Amino acid sequence: MYALNFAPVFENFSHLLEGAWVTVSLSITAVFLGLIVSIACAIAKNAGPKPLRWLIDFYIELIRNTPFLAQIYFIYFALPELGLRMSPNVAALVALVVNVGAFATEIIRAGIESIGRGQVEAGAALGLARMQIIRLIIMKPALRTIYPALTSQFIYLMLSTSVVSVISATDLTAAGNDIQQKTFTAFEVFLVITGIYLLLTLSFSGVFRVIERRTFNYPLGR
Amino acid sequence: MIHAFTAIDAWMIVAAVRWTLALSAVAFAGGAVGGLIIALLRSSHSRLAQTLAAGFIRLFQGTPLLMQLFLTYFGLRFVGLIVTAWVAASLALTLHASAFLGEIWRGCIDAVPPGQSEAAASLGLSYYHRMRRVVLPQASRIAVAPTVGFLVQLIKGTSLASIIGFVELMRAAQIVNNATYSPFKAYGLVSVMFFCVCWPISILARRMEARYATLTKA
Repeated sequence: MYALNFAPVFENFSHLLEGAWVTVSLSITAVFLGLIVSIACAIAKNAGPKPLRWLIDFYIELIRNTPFLAQIYFIYFALPELGLRMSPNVAALVALVVNVGAFATEIIRAGIESIGRGQVEAGAALGLARMQIIRLIIMKPALRTIYPALTSQFIYLMLSTSVVSVISATDLTAAGNDIQQKTFTAFEVFLVITGIYLLLTLSFSGVFRVIERRTFNYPLGR
Repeated sequence: MIHAFTAIDAWMIVAAVRWTLALSAVAFAGGAVGGLIIALLRSSHSRLAQTLAAGFIRLFQGTPLLMQLFLTYFGLRFVGLIVTAWVAASLALTLHASAFLGEIWRGCIDAVPPGQSEAAASLGLSYYHRMRRVVLPQASRIAVAPTVGFLVQLIKGTSLASIIGFVELMRAAQIVNNATYSPFKAYGLVSVMFFCVCWPISILARRMEARYATLTKA
């Protein structure tokens, strides 16, 4: 048993901060692009032709039932065999978008299905403009329905990004690996990094809760 | 030495599924015990027990599984216990599963109307008998579908044990890929293997959820 030695970790703290920044920006970019993918998939699954629906079902089931680690290895190591070569950080982003796209499609579909046709008609009868109907009667309640699922999906995604270090993308975990190999203080490094991840997830869920309280501050009618 | 990807290589990956299943089974069994304890603490009347259980859940739900594996692996070494990757991975995944199952089951215990427990208490049943005979049997019916759903997440999670060197499906595919340099076949096959294990369980979970939904609606 040795004494804990945090000095090497804090000497390299700026490296950890750079890694944390990559983790955060990677998560935000991935969730943004993944939402575009999932909205397209959700619309196509509701209104597209049959073969397209099967294809989307296959995509969703494939991604949901294989580990993210297998997906990222496949994208980074196997796709170059087909002539598609990407840098580690780009491959990491692509893998995350593909992953979150599949998970969020079902969430978006739940949102679309929660819109009441009668509500839209009621809005029109009250003389609301088309834009008002879309904004107040379709978008806001649908967003409210899916908001909790969507934000926990974001947190889950941010935790998954720690895996991208295996293809040497430069995220927080990778920064920890660099320091650990130089200084032989693996336990201390990963202890600090775990703390940073915890801080990130707690602050994001705190911000999400504030946004929820501010935006959806009207009572739920049924 | 790079050699061609043969049936033997394919078999090496396919056969490694037993280690994925073994690790999943150990983590699930351990997580069931730990999860029950966490769920009972979380729904108990003691403030201290509630806080401890909530902190445990938050810690494991707010940090990456990979970090939990690293900390267990390096942490045990740090205190002088040199353990195999198998032991470290089992321990980390057990704690991980305890937190997640604890949170799922707490929700199920809370879903049982409080009148049930109160009625049992007024009949003079002890805490043990109240839980064992009244609350948990009702909660377990709600719990089945989400528990099976979590099992898929856990099986996928065992793939991370490959990073600390435990030879399960994922690590077997890496080893084969290093020897044959056929990432398409190796990682393709490992994905198919995971899919074959997880997909039936996902379907089962969905069916159970649908059946439960129709049961409660009626």
